[in-house]
Order: sequence, then C-alpha cells, then structure tokens
Amino acid sequence: MEPVIETRQLCCTYSVGTPFEHKALIDVDFRAYPGEYMGIIGHTGSGKSTLIQHLNGLLKPTSGQVLVDGEDIWETKERTHAARFKVGLVFQYPEYQLFENTVYEDIAFGPKNMKLPEDEIDRRVHEAAYFVGLRDDLLQKSPFELSGGQKRRVAIAGVIAMEPKALILDEPTAGLDPAGRDGVLKNIRHYHDAKNATVIIVSHSMEDVARMVDRVVVVNDGRLPLDGTPREVFSHGDELRAMGLNTPQLTRLFQKLKARGLPVEDNIYTMEEAVAALTALHSGQRC
Amino acid sequence: MANRIIEIQNVTFSYQEEEGQKSPRVLDSVSLDIEEGSFVAVLGHNGSGKSTLAKHMNAVLLPAGGTVYVDGIDTADDDRWLDVRRTVGMVFQNPDNQIVANVVEEDVAFAPENLGVPSAEIQQRVDEALSIVGMSKYAQHAPHLLSGGQKQRVAIAGVIAMQPRCIVLDEPTAMLDPIGRQEVMETILRLNRERGTTVVLITHHMDEAAQAQRLVVMDHGKIVADGPPKTVFQDVEGIRRLGLTVPDTVGLLYELKQRGMDVPLDALSEDECADAIVAALRQGKDE
Repeated sequence: MEPVIETRQLCCTYSVGTPFEHKALIDVDFRAYPGEYMGIIGHTGSGKSTLIQHLNGLLKPTSGQVLVDGEDIWETKERTHAARFKVGLVFQYPEYQLFENTVYEDIAFGPKNMKLPEDEIDRRVHEAAYFVGLRDDLLQKSPFELSGGQKRRVAIAGVIAMEPKALILDEPTAGLDPAGRDGVLKNIRHYHDAKNATVIIVSHSMEDVARMVDRVVVVNDGRLPLDGTPREVFSHGDELRAMGLNTPQLTRLFQKLKARGLPVEDNIYTMEEAVAALTALHSGQRC
Repeated sequence: MANRIIEIQNVTFSYQEEEGQKSPRVLDSVSLDIEEGSFVAVLGHNGSGKSTLAKHMNAVLLPAGGTVYVDGIDTADDDRWLDVRRTVGMVFQNPDNQIVANVVEEDVAFAPENLGVPSAEIQQRVDEALSIVGMSKYAQHAPHLLSGGQKQRVAIAGVIAMQPRCIVLDEPTAMLDPIGRQEVMETILRLNRERGTTVVLITHHMDEAAQAQRLVVMDHGKIVADGPPKTVFQDVEGIRRLGLTVPDTVGLLYELKQRGMDVPLDALSEDECADAIVAALRQGKDE
C-alpha cells in the first residue's frame, strides 16, 4: 500500500549558524498509511511537534523530502497549498484559535479558504459538527459562550470540515477531564471510521495511546527509535523510561505480578486483557 | 488538632454575566478546612468549581456569600491581602504565563523583591528555592529555553521564594509530559514532607490525587466526597457517575471483585495492588 504521508531522510535544524544551532530532526523516514490510527509519543523537546509541522508543510525541511500521496509537497507552490488541505493539523489547545462570531462561521473558515461552493460548505459544517457531537442549535452561538470541552470540539470540527485524508492532533485531550477526554477521543474515532481517514495523535498519556491506537511511533532526540504495535513498543519499558516516557500503569503492574512469581505475561496493556488474564488464573485454580 | 491554615465557611460564588442573565452558582455553600502541613488534592470534572475554590484560597476571588479565613485573616479584609498572599502562594497551569524575567534567578527573585525583602536575603531565598525544586544549576539560564517541567519548577520556586506556609497549585502538570509531571509531583511531595508546607493540589489526574493524604471531590459547586484517597476511590461507581475515573489499579481490582475474586478496593499503589492480587490468588489455591 502507498503511504499517504511519507518523509525521506527528513532533517530539520533550527538557528543554523548560531550558537543555538539545534538538530530537531535527523534523517527521519516516517510513513503513515491510509486508514491508520497512529500515536506519536516523545518527551517535550524530542522533536515530535517539529515532525508533525513538517507533515502538512508548515515547516520546510532543512534537507530531505516530505511526500503526500506520493508527491513532494515542496515541488510547487500548488502542492504545498494542497498538502495543507489534505493533511489537517489540530494544534494543542486549539480553542485559543477560535475567533469568529459564531460556531458555524468558525467551522466554515477552512472550507471557505478552499473556495468551495456555499452549499458544499454548509454540508461540511453540519457534518463536521455531527462528527464532534455538537448539536445544531449550538452553531449560531458565539464560540466564547461554550464550555472548554465544547470549544475544543469546535476547533477540531474546523479541521475536519476540510475533510483531510490525514488528521493530525497534537495532545487533543490536554486539560480535559476524564469525561471530556473520552468524548473527544470517541469523536476522533468516529471520523476515522466514517471516512477511513488516517489519524495521527500526539499524546503524553501512555494510557490513552494504549487504548486507542494500532501503531505507536516514538520520537527521541530527533529520531524514531521505536515503531510498532502498542504491545511491541510497550515491551521496551526501560528504554521508554530512559527517553522520559513510560509504559501504561497496567503494564507496570503486570511486571510486578510476574516478579512476584505469578505466571502472567508482562506485555499486558489494556484493562480487558488484564481482567481476562487474572480471571483465567483464578478460575483455573477452582477447577 | 493541627492549626487550620485555611477555613472556608459556607462559601457561595457566581461569575457575573452580562445583561442580567441568570448565572449558575459555581460554588454552592462550600465548607472546607485545610490543616497546616497537610497535602490535600481536589478533584472534579471541568466546571465543577475546583479552580474557583482554589482562587478563593488567596483572595484572587472573594466569596459572594460566606467567609474564607487564611491563618485567621478574613480574605475580604482588603487591608490584609498582602498578608493573605504571603501565607498562601498560587501556581497555575501554564508555566509560560507565569514567567516574567529573562534569567531564571531573576524570575524567582521577582516576588520577594515585590514583598520588599532586603536584597541580601533575596539571594539566599532564591538559592534555597531553586535548590528545593532541583533547578540550582539553571539559575543563569533563560527560562524560555527550558522544558515544560523545568519551567513549571521555576514557577514553583518563584512561589517558594515568598516563603508561603501554603501553596495552592491549579493543574500544574496539565501541559507537561510524563517526566515533567513526575518532576513536579516529586517537588510538591518534597516540599510537603521535608518543609512541612501545606499543599493544595487541584488536578484532573487520578494518579496525582492518589498521592495526597486527603482527597476532596467536587461536583456542581459542592464537595461530594472527602477522605483519604484509598477510601474515596473505593466508591468506583460513585466516582464514575461524577464523570471521573479511578486509577487503573483500583479499576482492575473492581473488575476482579465483580468476577468473584476476593480482593480489596483500597490497594492504590502498584505494589499494594500486586500484593493484593497475589494474596487473593494464593488464598484461592489454599481453599
């Protein structure tokens, strides 16, 4: 399968030629495939934000290539422009970027920039609002009258309304309470399932990553040292901790159970697996 | 009984809304005493009133009804605000909004300078504060080049330099990566255990709340649970009804208990939880 987004030998160096020169990305080969649900983890300063800003042409590589649909996005101005619509980027705390008078106008901003006809814009605004669970009667409200969780959904809807083939979200649940977190993650899953879009979520929560994604990419010191299923990646506990990351709490618990002599696997990372493994042990004893 | 450093008595508060709109009560007859030297976590979903409550603890907000006493001083007494704010320091969510100077040690010196502390003593306080948060070697660095966790520790040092007897932190780790969160939590625990500073931690993170001595849960402007974290989290269904979650350790024990295993629900830490599971399985074997 052709990747929807690909980087080849991508390098990014900040402040070239000054004492602050810093290599943020070093020869990064990254691929995201159609319909993939991916998590990117890495500590602050690891280069993950720099990486995602290259994926839709917000940053220009110092060297190397970024390809969307197999085409180098920096080859022509038109391609760079098109990449920004094909790859939608939702920043951290995106609700700070709401600015229109109504929720409707805010969600319509992206599609308007795409110069779509009015009725298509209208369709997309309603569909995007539906994906993020915003009721129609909220569309005519000022975004500033909404709660924090609702504002976050408006901001995400504004990117979804551009119908990007790949949706990248930087810490979409930061600062939300557990109910808000679950809601936003469900909305994103909903969009993914309905459109078979590629979804890339940057997260600091190992628990969220463990629950949601099919593939985890780890960014550290400008490189991608680990890339695989959550089970593969979370089996590298010591390496993750050395990179300022961690494994989910349940994985750590199962390592402790194994160390106490229980016959369990130590690569368990979801609640369902954990419950199944322990109830099997328990009922095994009763037989 | 220990001295009560903060006494909140029947406090009611609403934010003003425009054009005579009815504004909901954000705090509804809240009463809460904080004992000197204790570590109290306040948990609640977005909009539960927990940040509003925190802002009453050092006269950033004044109660519309009821009274708040800080070390016996009524916070409504505007002649005494300086005393109130010397006693209770606040740390907010976003470290970038709290840093004012270009050099770390100048930033930490800002508050004691404003309090009119003699300059010889300021240097001593700054050195001590940076040492408590583990940032001494960054004294001459530029704050904007630090990581999120480091910046937040500088912000905490700035409050420590005022030598408050109580520190209130409003979601101080919401914007940090796992290691940054851990650094800040270790700093808070050290401050409480080694220096006896009273700590009030407002948080969304169940694992942080679990580390406090006392856990207060808010919902719709009221306190709905108050006790040691072990006790509060045992009410798994009650906590979930409030839109919150329990730590994965307790969540797992709850699921196992539902399936007939004889496990306690108050084994909060990974080690306690592992011990409880091993004990339950051994007990099953002996029967």
